Amino acid sequence: MIGIEHYLVVSSILFVMGMLGIFLNRKNIIIILMAIELILLAVNLNFVAFSAFLGDMTGQIFAMFILTVAAGEAAIGLAILVIYFRQRGTIAVDDVNRMKG
Amino acid sequence: MQVFAFYLFASIVLASGAFCIFARNPVHSVLWLILAFFNAAGLMVLVGAEFIAALLVIVYVGAVAVLFLFVVMMLDIDFAELRAGFMKHLPLGLLLALVLVVEIIFGVGTWQSSGMGEATAAVGPPAGAPSNIEQLGALLYTKYVFLFEAAGMILLVAMVGAIVLTHRNRGGVRKQNIADQVARRPEDATRNTQPEVGKGVEL
Repeated sequence: MIGIEHYLVVSSILFVMGMLGIFLNRKNIIIILMAIELILLAVNLNFVAFSAFLGDMTGQIFAMFILTVAAGEAAIGLAILVIYFRQRGTIAVDDVNRMKG
Repeated sequence: MQVFAFYLFASIVLASGAFCIFARNPVHSVLWLILAFFNAAGLMVLVGAEFIAALLVIVYVGAVAVLFLFVVMMLDIDFAELRAGFMKHLPLGLLLALVLVVEIIFGVGTWQSSGMGEATAAVGPPAGAPSNIEQLGALLYTKYVFLFEAAGMILLVAMVGAIVLTHRNRGGVRKQNIADQVARRPEDATRNTQPEVGKGVEL
Protein backbone atom coordinates (compact mmCIF):
# COMPACT_ATOMS: atom_id res chain seq x y z
CA MET A 1 0.00 0.00 0.00
CA ILE A 2 1.29 3.41 -0.93
CA GLY A 3 1.56 5.72 2.05
CA ILE A 4 2.35 9.38 2.34
CA GLU A 5 6.01 8.69 2.99
CA HIS A 6 6.39 7.35 -0.55
CA TYR A 7 5.18 10.66 -1.90
CA LEU A 8 7.39 12.59 0.49
CA VAL A 9 10.46 10.65 -0.62
CA VAL A 10 9.69 11.18 -4.31
CA SER A 11 9.10 14.88 -3.88
CA SER A 12 12.20 15.35 -1.75
CA ILE A 13 14.35 13.61 -4.36
CA LEU A 14 12.80 15.82 -7.03
CA PHE A 15 13.46 18.90 -4.90
CA VAL A 16 17.11 18.01 -4.39
CA MET A 17 17.41 17.30 -8.11
CA GLY A 18 16.23 20.81 -8.85
CA MET A 19 18.77 22.25 -6.44
CA LEU A 20 21.50 20.13 -8.04
CA GLY A 21 20.43 21.52 -11.41
CA ILE A 22 20.84 25.09 -10.19
CA PHE A 23 24.21 24.21 -8.70
CA LEU A 24 25.59 22.46 -11.79
CA ASN A 25 24.24 24.70 -14.55
CA ARG A 26 24.96 27.95 -12.85
CA LYS A 27 25.89 29.69 -16.10
CA ASN A 28 22.83 28.69 -18.09
CA ILE A 29 19.85 30.64 -16.83
CA ILE A 30 17.38 28.64 -18.92
CA ILE A 31 18.29 25.43 -17.13
CA ILE A 32 18.20 27.31 -13.83
CA LEU A 33 14.62 28.41 -14.53
CA MET A 34 13.70 24.84 -15.45
CA ALA A 35 15.25 23.60 -12.22
CA ILE A 36 13.15 26.13 -10.32
CA GLU A 37 10.10 24.69 -12.05
CA LEU A 38 11.18 21.22 -10.91
CA ILE A 39 11.50 22.47 -7.33
CA LEU A 40 8.04 24.02 -7.46
CA LEU A 41 6.70 20.77 -8.90
CA ALA A 42 8.16 18.89 -5.94
CA VAL A 43 6.54 21.34 -3.54
CA ASN A 44 3.21 20.97 -5.32
CA LEU A 45 3.47 17.19 -5.12
CA ASN A 46 4.07 17.50 -1.40
CA PHE A 47 1.06 19.75 -0.93
CA VAL A 48 -1.23 17.49 -2.93
CA ALA A 49 -0.02 14.37 -1.12
CA PHE A 50 -0.61 15.90 2.30
CA SER A 51 -3.96 17.26 1.17
CA ALA A 52 -5.09 13.84 0.01
CA PHE A 53 -3.78 11.85 2.95
CA LEU A 54 -5.01 14.26 5.62
CA GLY A 55 -8.38 14.73 3.92
CA ASP A 56 -8.02 18.53 3.79
CA MET A 57 -8.69 20.32 0.51
CA THR A 58 -6.72 23.43 1.52
CA GLY A 59 -3.51 21.85 0.29
CA GLN A 60 -4.87 21.58 -3.21
CA ILE A 61 -6.03 25.21 -3.14
CA PHE A 62 -2.53 26.19 -2.09
CA ALA A 63 -1.02 24.07 -4.86
CA MET A 64 -3.17 26.01 -7.32
CA PHE A 65 -1.79 29.31 -6.06
CA ILE A 66 1.74 27.96 -6.31
CA LEU A 67 0.96 27.03 -9.91
CA THR A 68 -0.19 30.62 -10.56
CA VAL A 69 2.92 32.14 -9.07
CA ALA A 70 5.14 29.67 -10.93
CA ALA A 71 3.56 30.61 -14.24
CA GLY A 72 4.05 34.33 -13.54
CA GLU A 73 7.62 33.73 -12.43
CA ALA A 74 8.45 31.79 -15.59
CA ALA A 75 6.97 34.54 -17.78
CA ILE A 76 8.87 37.34 -16.03
CA GLY A 77 12.08 35.32 -15.86
CA LEU A 78 12.02 34.52 -19.55
CA ALA A 79 11.23 38.17 -20.37
CA ILE A 80 14.26 39.28 -18.36
CA LEU A 81 16.31 36.60 -20.11
CA VAL A 82 15.23 37.87 -23.53
CA ILE A 83 16.14 41.50 -22.82
CA TYR A 84 19.41 40.43 -21.21
CA PHE A 85 20.30 38.44 -24.30
CA ARG A 86 19.37 41.42 -26.49
CA GLN A 87 21.77 43.64 -24.57
CA ARG A 88 24.69 41.27 -24.09
CA GLY A 89 24.41 38.64 -26.80
CA THR A 90 24.92 35.84 -24.27
CA ILE A 91 23.06 34.40 -21.31
CA ALA A 92 26.03 33.52 -19.12
CA VAL A 93 24.78 34.72 -15.78
CA ASP A 94 27.60 33.69 -13.48
CA ASP A 95 29.14 37.15 -13.74
CA VAL A 96 26.18 39.45 -14.00
CA ASN A 97 27.37 42.71 -12.51
CA ARG A 98 25.78 45.38 -14.64
CA MET A 99 23.85 46.91 -11.78
CA LYS A 100 26.95 47.15 -9.56
CA GLY A 101 24.79 46.39 -6.58
CA MET B 1 -2.32 -2.04 -9.50
CA GLN B 2 -2.06 1.24 -7.65
CA VAL B 3 1.35 0.31 -6.30
CA PHE B 4 2.54 -0.53 -9.79
CA ALA B 5 1.22 2.78 -11.16
CA PHE B 6 2.83 4.73 -8.34
CA TYR B 7 6.24 3.17 -8.90
CA LEU B 8 5.94 3.65 -12.66
CA PHE B 9 5.06 7.33 -12.40
CA ALA B 10 7.55 8.01 -9.62
CA SER B 11 10.48 6.36 -11.40
CA ILE B 12 9.71 8.16 -14.66
CA VAL B 13 9.32 11.53 -12.96
CA LEU B 14 12.64 11.14 -11.18
CA ALA B 15 14.44 9.86 -14.27
CA SER B 16 13.13 12.63 -16.48
CA GLY B 17 14.00 15.20 -13.82
CA ALA B 18 17.56 13.92 -13.86
CA PHE B 19 17.69 13.93 -17.66
CA CYS B 20 16.32 17.48 -17.65
CA ILE B 21 19.20 18.60 -15.46
CA PHE B 22 21.92 16.68 -17.27
CA ALA B 23 20.84 17.03 -20.91
CA ARG B 24 23.36 18.71 -23.19
CA ASN B 25 20.75 20.32 -25.40
CA PRO B 26 18.29 22.69 -23.68
CA VAL B 27 15.55 21.66 -26.12
CA HIS B 28 15.90 18.11 -24.84
CA SER B 29 15.82 19.53 -21.33
CA VAL B 30 12.46 21.15 -22.00
CA LEU B 31 11.09 17.90 -23.43
CA TRP B 32 12.25 15.94 -20.38
CA LEU B 33 10.63 18.60 -18.21
CA ILE B 34 7.34 18.04 -20.04
CA LEU B 35 7.62 14.29 -19.39
CA ALA B 36 8.27 15.00 -15.72
CA PHE B 37 5.16 17.18 -15.53
CA PHE B 38 2.99 14.54 -17.16
CA ASN B 39 4.13 11.89 -14.73
CA ALA B 40 3.74 14.18 -11.74
CA ALA B 41 0.18 14.77 -12.94
CA GLY B 42 -0.23 10.99 -12.97
CA LEU B 43 1.00 10.83 -9.38
CA MET B 44 -1.54 13.47 -8.41
CA VAL B 45 -4.36 11.58 -10.13
CA LEU B 46 -3.40 8.53 -8.04
CA VAL B 47 -4.24 10.32 -4.81
CA GLY B 48 -7.47 11.73 -6.19
CA ALA B 49 -6.45 15.31 -7.01
CA GLU B 50 -7.71 15.27 -10.58
CA PHE B 51 -8.22 18.99 -10.98
CA ILE B 52 -4.69 19.91 -9.92
CA ALA B 53 -3.37 17.21 -12.24
CA ALA B 54 -5.36 18.62 -15.16
CA LEU B 55 -4.20 22.12 -14.26
CA LEU B 56 -0.61 20.92 -14.17
CA VAL B 57 -0.88 19.53 -17.68
CA ILE B 58 -2.75 22.57 -19.01
CA VAL B 59 -0.68 25.29 -17.38
CA TYR B 60 2.77 23.74 -17.30
CA VAL B 61 2.81 21.69 -20.46
CA GLY B 62 0.48 23.92 -22.43
CA ALA B 63 1.86 27.30 -21.45
CA VAL B 64 5.08 27.34 -19.47
CA ALA B 65 6.92 24.57 -21.31
CA VAL B 66 5.91 26.01 -24.68
CA LEU B 67 7.19 29.40 -23.51
CA PHE B 68 10.50 27.79 -22.57
CA LEU B 69 10.65 26.05 -25.91
CA PHE B 70 10.02 29.32 -27.75
CA VAL B 71 12.75 31.14 -25.86
CA VAL B 72 15.28 28.32 -26.21
CA MET B 73 14.70 28.09 -29.93
CA MET B 74 14.48 31.84 -30.59
CA LEU B 75 17.69 32.90 -28.93
CA ASP B 76 20.92 32.04 -30.70
CA ILE B 77 22.98 30.80 -27.78
CA ASP B 78 26.28 28.97 -27.67
CA PHE B 79 25.34 26.26 -25.22
CA ALA B 80 28.69 24.51 -25.26
CA GLU B 81 30.34 27.51 -23.70
CA LEU B 82 27.70 27.65 -20.98
CA ARG B 83 28.54 24.11 -19.86
CA ALA B 84 32.14 24.98 -19.11
CA GLY B 85 32.04 24.58 -15.32
CA PHE B 86 29.70 21.60 -15.38
CA MET B 87 32.15 18.76 -14.90
CA LYS B 88 34.16 20.78 -12.40
CA HIS B 89 31.17 21.23 -10.12
CA LEU B 90 29.80 17.73 -10.64
CA PRO B 91 31.47 15.78 -7.76
CA LEU B 92 30.81 18.43 -5.12
CA GLY B 93 27.27 18.97 -6.37
CA LEU B 94 26.45 15.27 -6.31
CA LEU B 95 27.93 14.93 -2.82
CA LEU B 96 25.89 17.86 -1.50
CA ALA B 97 22.73 16.59 -3.17
CA LEU B 98 23.26 13.12 -1.74
CA VAL B 99 23.79 14.48 1.76
CA LEU B 100 20.69 16.66 1.46
CA VAL B 101 18.43 13.92 0.15
CA VAL B 102 19.59 11.47 2.81
CA GLU B 103 18.90 14.09 5.46
CA ILE B 104 15.43 14.83 4.16
CA ILE B 105 14.52 11.15 3.89
CA PHE B 106 15.89 10.62 7.38
CA GLY B 107 13.69 13.47 8.60
CA VAL B 108 10.64 11.99 6.92
CA GLY B 109 11.40 8.61 8.46
CA THR B 110 11.76 10.12 11.92
CA TRP B 111 8.53 12.05 11.49
CA GLN B 112 6.78 8.90 10.37
CA SER B 113 8.10 6.65 13.13
CA SER B 114 7.53 9.20 15.89
CA GLY B 115 3.79 8.83 15.44
CA MET B 116 3.09 12.33 14.15
CA GLY B 117 2.55 11.04 10.65
CA GLU B 118 0.15 8.27 11.46
CA ALA B 119 -3.63 8.23 11.16
CA THR B 120 -3.45 9.26 7.54
CA ALA B 121 -6.68 8.82 5.69
CA ALA B 122 -7.09 6.26 2.96
CA VAL B 123 -6.38 7.35 -0.59
CA GLY B 124 -9.33 8.58 -2.57
CA PRO B 125 -12.52 10.25 -1.48
CA PRO B 126 -15.02 8.30 0.65
CA ALA B 127 -18.09 6.95 -1.09
CA GLY B 128 -20.80 9.52 -1.56
CA ALA B 129 -18.49 12.51 -1.22
CA PRO B 130 -18.72 15.23 -3.88
CA SER B 131 -16.13 15.06 -6.62
CA ASN B 132 -12.73 16.64 -6.28
CA ILE B 133 -13.45 19.60 -8.51
CA GLU B 134 -16.77 20.24 -6.74
CA GLN B 135 -15.07 20.36 -3.36
CA LEU B 136 -12.33 22.60 -4.72
CA GLY B 137 -14.79 25.03 -6.26
CA ALA B 138 -16.90 25.18 -3.11
CA LEU B 139 -13.81 26.10 -1.14
CA LEU B 140 -12.19 28.37 -3.69
CA TYR B 141 -15.16 30.65 -4.27
CA THR B 142 -16.13 31.03 -0.64
CA LYS B 143 -13.32 30.85 1.84
CA TYR B 144 -10.45 31.68 -0.49
CA VAL B 145 -12.18 34.06 -2.87
CA PHE B 146 -9.93 37.01 -2.03
CA LEU B 147 -6.82 34.90 -2.47
CA PHE B 148 -8.26 33.79 -5.78
CA GLU B 149 -8.68 37.42 -6.85
CA ALA B 150 -5.15 38.15 -5.70
CA ALA B 151 -3.88 35.28 -7.83
CA GLY B 152 -5.63 36.81 -10.83
CA MET B 153 -3.99 40.13 -10.03
CA ILE B 154 -0.58 38.44 -9.87
CA LEU B 155 -1.15 36.98 -13.32
CA LEU B 156 -2.19 40.39 -14.66
CA VAL B 157 0.90 42.06 -13.22
CA ALA B 158 3.11 39.30 -14.61
CA MET B 159 1.58 39.71 -18.05
CA VAL B 160 1.96 43.49 -18.05
CA GLY B 161 5.48 43.18 -16.70
CA ALA B 162 6.55 40.70 -19.36
CA ILE B 163 5.12 42.89 -22.12
CA VAL B 164 6.71 46.07 -20.75
CA LEU B 165 10.08 44.35 -20.34
CA THR B 166 10.29 42.92 -23.81
CA HIS B 167 8.59 45.71 -25.75
CA ARG B 168 10.87 47.94 -27.77
CA ASN B 169 10.44 50.72 -30.28
CA ARG B 170 12.15 49.88 -33.53
CA GLY B 171 13.39 52.70 -35.74
CA GLY B 172 12.41 52.95 -39.39
CA VAL B 173 9.03 51.33 -39.07
CA ARG B 174 6.01 52.96 -40.70
CA LYS B 175 3.14 53.01 -38.31
CA GLN B 176 -0.45 54.05 -38.71
CA ASN B 177 -1.08 57.42 -37.02
CA ILE B 178 -4.81 57.65 -36.58
CA ALA B 179 -4.79 61.24 -35.27
CA ASP B 180 -2.99 62.40 -38.41
CA GLN B 181 -5.45 60.55 -40.58
CA VAL B 182 -8.45 62.04 -38.82
CA ALA B 183 -7.03 65.56 -38.86
CA ARG B 184 -6.45 65.47 -42.64
CA ARG B 185 -8.78 67.83 -44.53
CA PRO B 186 -9.81 67.63 -48.17
CA GLU B 187 -8.04 70.90 -49.02
CA ASP B 188 -4.73 69.46 -47.74
CA ALA B 189 -5.09 66.33 -49.74
CA THR B 190 -6.53 67.41 -53.08
CA ARG B 191 -5.81 70.13 -55.57
CA ASN B 192 -7.90 71.48 -58.41
CA THR B 193 -6.06 72.04 -61.66
CA GLN B 194 -7.22 72.79 -65.13
CA PRO B 195 -4.63 71.33 -67.47
CA GLU B 196 -4.80 72.15 -71.12
CA VAL B 197 -5.84 69.43 -73.46
CA GLY B 198 -3.03 66.98 -74.22
CA LYS B 199 -0.62 68.39 -71.61
CA GLY B 200 -1.33 66.05 -68.74
CA VAL B 201 -0.82 66.90 -65.13
CA GLU B 202 2.29 67.10 -63.06
CA LEU B 203 2.11 65.47 -59.71
